[in-house]
Amino acid sequence: MYNCSDLKKGLKILIDGEPHVIAGFDFTKPGKGQSLYKCKLRNMVTGSLFDRTYRSGESFVPASLVESDMQFLYQDDSGYVFMDQKNYEQIVLTEEVLGNDKYFLVDNMEVKVLMFGERGIGLTLPIFVNLRVTISDPWVKGDTATGNNKPATVETGYTLQVPAFVDEGTLIQIDTRTGDYVTRVKE
Amino acid sequence: MSLCLREKHDRLVERARIVQTIRAFFIESAFLEIETPQRIPLNAPEANIAPVLSGNWQLQTSPELAMKRLLAAGYKNIFQISHCWRDEERGRKHLPEFTMLEWYRSHCDYTQLMTDCENLFRYLLPQAQIDYQGHNIILDQPFERLSISEAFERYTDTSPLQAIAEDRFDELIAFSIEPQLGLKRPTILYDYPAELASLARCKTGHPELAERFELYIAGLELANAFSELNDPEEQRQRFSKEAGIISTNGSHPNLLPEPFLTDLQNMPAAAGIALGVDRLVMLLTDSHSIDQVVAFPPEDL
Repeated sequence: MYNCSDLKKGLKILIDGEPHVIAGFDFTKPGKGQSLYKCKLRNMVTGSLFDRTYRSGESFVPASLVESDMQFLYQDDSGYVFMDQKNYEQIVLTEEVLGNDKYFLVDNMEVKVLMFGERGIGLTLPIFVNLRVTISDPWVKGDTATGNNKPATVETGYTLQVPAFVDEGTLIQIDTRTGDYVTRVKE
Repeated sequence: MSLCLREKHDRLVERARIVQTIRAFFIESAFLEIETPQRIPLNAPEANIAPVLSGNWQLQTSPELAMKRLLAAGYKNIFQISHCWRDEERGRKHLPEFTMLEWYRSHCDYTQLMTDCENLFRYLLPQAQIDYQGHNIILDQPFERLSISEAFERYTDTSPLQAIAEDRFDELIAFSIEPQLGLKRPTILYDYPAELASLARCKTGHPELAERFELYIAGLELANAFSELNDPEEQRQRFSKEAGIISTNGSHPNLLPEPFLTDLQNMPAAAGIALGVDRLVMLLTDSHSIDQVVAFPPEDL
């Protein structure tokens, strides 16, 4: 169990049976009054953000979360299907849970899935992924508004800015933390 | 956000200047500077202030009791700048060890301390204005006087007594009222419900109110002041009530500071105020966090 003095940004606690992470934290105490612990909480399943204020004496159950090594298998109507590398069990993550991470998934990619009990609630991707450019118009000389960059769409449907010399069909490396272009990949 | 010591240099220089200027102000105003022990047998029992223990004794949460014993012995106008400790208070505006300025005046009530605050700030800031976190605060006119009941009427949907009954007085002060106070000129928030001021004298003709005020500038709570209670019997009852709340919360022994209660019968009418020096330095150096104005926050030790 945690008490109020354990509360800080990043701590994971259970509220109404769901895991929440403290996204923002402020201690305040009006003169001679009670200590107030104002938390901005994010529901780790739904992503919803809300404020809640706690007082000294309250206690909290830690949300126990495990990261499992998994392999991305395929996407179907039910969502994105992953297989646990240890016990070969399959789980499904919804598009809602994945957010933008869905753009960086390649078949057979090894990832870490954040598990709350039997539920997958998040993903840690490799830092770099290689994806093929499917659509990118040739760079128009003199288009100085975007510097030497132009938009490109990759095989997963993700659109980003790439240098002018990147053509359709090129394999490029993307930083999954920022979503930015890194380099061309030699094949 | 931990700033390295070298980056704090200018703020620490300014801090030294501010402390020296405070001293000069009180010496010029004929106050005697006092030092009292910081490690004491017992603090005043207060429901929401937890002392740091030091062996069988405690570190002071405030020098209040010792200062009042000096008033009782005939010292008239006294001030002290000292470290105080309050356990588990840590945040943007809180350090568990911090620096407090306290001053006390015999034969005065809290209205004199309101004037002292105005004079101290004008002495500290000859330019008569402060820029703090985007607010421009003007000091060249009297500070705003706002009673607690006016503040609740202006900024909340309830009254102070109703808020206490619903146990949301502190939330409303912290989140609905404080952020609105002292944004154009400093605000003196005064006349608290009597139950929220266990060391203050009640207002003449209004036993439900205590002669207590807090000073706010740019939403920062800077100082807490009272007309001091000097009735030993009433003080004993109020201490017992606070000690009762503490002992139901935790395991503190139900002892009272007896030498203070004995001396209190000799204390003349008096008023006293505690001002957080670290917060004053935050305000005058436009610092967002208290960590920026001390050399070593506890996490850096």
